[in-house]
Amino acid sequence: MFDVNELPALSAYEWAHEEKHAFLTRELCELTRHHAARCPEYHKMLAASGVDVDRVQRFEELPFLPVRLFKEFSLKSVPDEELHKTMTSSGTTGQQVSRIYLDRETSTLQSKVLSRIVGEFLGKQRLPMIILDTSAIIKNRAMFSARGAGILGFSMFGRDKIYALDENMQLDVEGLKAFLKKHEGEDIFLFGFTFMIWQHFCAELRKSGYRPDLSRGVLIHGGGWKKLADQHITTAQFRQALHETCGLTRVHDYYGMVEQTGTIYMECECGHLHAPVWSDITIRRPSDFGVAEKGALGLIQVSSLLPHSYPGHMLLTEDEGRILGEDDCPCGRKGKYFEIIGRIRRAEVRGCSDTYEQK
Amino acid sequence: MSRSDVQLLCGGDCAQARPLQPFAEPVMAFLSDLGSALLKDKQAKAYPDVVTFAFFCRRANLETLRAAYAGQVDDRLGRGLTFHIAPSNVPINFAYSLAAALLAGNACIVKASSQDFVQTRIVCSAMEALFQGEHAAMADYVNVVIYARERQDVTEEYSAMCDARIIWGGDETVRRVRAAAMPPHGVEVTFPDRYSLLVIAPEAILGMDDKQLAQTAQGFYNDTYLTDQNACTSPRLIYWLGEGETVKAAQGRFWNAVQAYVQPRYPVEPVVAVDKLTAAYRAAIGLSGAKVHAMPDNTIVRVQVDALTADIDEHRCAGGFFIEYADKALDALAPVVKRKYQTLSYIGAEKDRLCRFVTENGLRGIDRIAPVGHTMDFALTWDGFDLIRTLSRRISVL
Repeated sequence: MFDVNELPALSAYEWAHEEKHAFLTRELCELTRHHAARCPEYHKMLAASGVDVDRVQRFEELPFLPVRLFKEFSLKSVPDEELHKTMTSSGTTGQQVSRIYLDRETSTLQSKVLSRIVGEFLGKQRLPMIILDTSAIIKNRAMFSARGAGILGFSMFGRDKIYALDENMQLDVEGLKAFLKKHEGEDIFLFGFTFMIWQHFCAELRKSGYRPDLSRGVLIHGGGWKKLADQHITTAQFRQALHETCGLTRVHDYYGMVEQTGTIYMECECGHLHAPVWSDITIRRPSDFGVAEKGALGLIQVSSLLPHSYPGHMLLTEDEGRILGEDDCPCGRKGKYFEIIGRIRRAEVRGCSDTYEQK
Repeated sequence: MSRSDVQLLCGGDCAQARPLQPFAEPVMAFLSDLGSALLKDKQAKAYPDVVTFAFFCRRANLETLRAAYAGQVDDRLGRGLTFHIAPSNVPINFAYSLAAALLAGNACIVKASSQDFVQTRIVCSAMEALFQGEHAAMADYVNVVIYARERQDVTEEYSAMCDARIIWGGDETVRRVRAAAMPPHGVEVTFPDRYSLLVIAPEAILGMDDKQLAQTAQGFYNDTYLTDQNACTSPRLIYWLGEGETVKAAQGRFWNAVQAYVQPRYPVEPVVAVDKLTAAYRAAIGLSGAKVHAMPDNTIVRVQVDALTADIDEHRCAGGFFIEYADKALDALAPVVKRKYQTLSYIGAEKDRLCRFVTENGLRGIDRIAPVGHTMDFALTWDGFDLIRTLSRRISVL
């Protein structure tokens, strides 16, 4: 296997298809063996799948686990004494949450790779940072929620950080004024979750009438569009609102999940999400889980070289999307680029068994 | 109770109705006229489940049902007022529940699915038309309503009035409805979550010609995919009565035929495909020697196991997910069957032998034994309850 410590040194978007695919196939096969030897549940799943790793020609042939399994089972490939922290997904009340077990090695790898990816968009310097969220979110560090972990993870790319919202979700106007005065003429890094930005930051700005000048800001935001889509808010409306309320124009969405922290998929200047060298996006046909053609809608399956402490290197999400192209985005980045369409919906099933609990 | 939240689909005031004898002539006439009306209804033709119900109601079938009780129920009367909670997801079920309770001699308040199915509307308008005509006297025996399941207060009011309560629709529904008290003398029939299986003699599959095989596949489809494999009667476990190459050959033939029949008729929703993959890996972790069979697509997901364990019934997933086990005898089944087991369907097995297997082993579960394709056939005995006897009282004369 490629020396894990060397992984973060790779360039995020320079490898074209052939080189990247061969690299991922070799490494993902190795990771499959690694987890089969260390995680008893994974060993059983691999055995049941009938896939013989020694005969795999392309990494797409390897088994992929539905992310839901991480809600039902404690899947880990390290002894308990080596566990460093446990990440949980942000489920709504009553839902089961994913539990992702990290040792120091995987955790460090995640940070370093995230740093490489974000560096491509923010530059090498740490920028003054505004977190578009409430300071209350990371108060409880015993349990990492996805939102808290995201904020902490991205905080390492900023300096002199402030939260735009106070503990009561009110805009900290005085704090922002002082911050912007202090950093006049500098680039500023802004980070937050899409829905929080729309619902609280933009809304509070509109309400207060305060119009901070963030035209030198770079915003990275994630966490999905589901809640905004439910309110029929489009990307264009979101960007428009940011432009109007604070002059922001450099806005990058990203796609990522707690089950594969680190290898996030950043939105480029052309509005495309990009797979970095450490991970890949495979669109699978729901009818047979075969690899869908470019442009065809299907389930998003993510592969990543980072998960060593838990068998999450090949995962099937419940998101739908399509590949837009590979190696030829006008932004110049190599690798696949794609778009997310949304979350698959649960249809009403027939039959006389209870549907009560699914509500 | 605010009546505005309870929608009356058809019928009158059940509180006044007097109990009738089982298979009373006014009920027989009403149901058979209902059957004829439905068979003539243009809209009903589009709904095979409504048509099947109409056939159930035709006079000849009702007479057959009555004949099975000939001389045995003359000293019986209906219990009085029955209150039915129909399942939310099987549209026509409310009508069978109603018909059975009427035949037992009762008035019926039926809570139909709040999903407001077209099938419900079709049957209710046909009944209402009969109440407006020559069956006016039957109106007081039928009251079909719809209300939100959250309205526990409505459920409480009906429960307090009734002499018998029939609950369809799963463990959670049963628990919720049970919280509403019935009068001290009230009896209750519950149809909670069940688990069903199919026993196949491989030689039977190997001995079929292509046409018979295709018919068998169609029957299997009707038992499973037609209700998203989510009916209590839908087999989830396939028990192959045999070993080795014979079973392998039969499996190949059977599943090829099922694949050919199901694939064009049953598009697998993406979320169901993910559900089934999740269930397969869950089985891989939890069940002994689990192997996922390679299939051409996600229409059918099969997991072979090398031992049956007591938790086998927990490994279920709607939409075409099957656990398979092969053994030369049924013995491995006896220790795992619990009360939850309902329908044992079969291909090529001898039904009397299967029945003896249940009785001689004193199994807690398995209430129905049916040939493939007939697991959903409604009968007056369901889930081990003789509905005519359970929903009537016997007057003993010393």
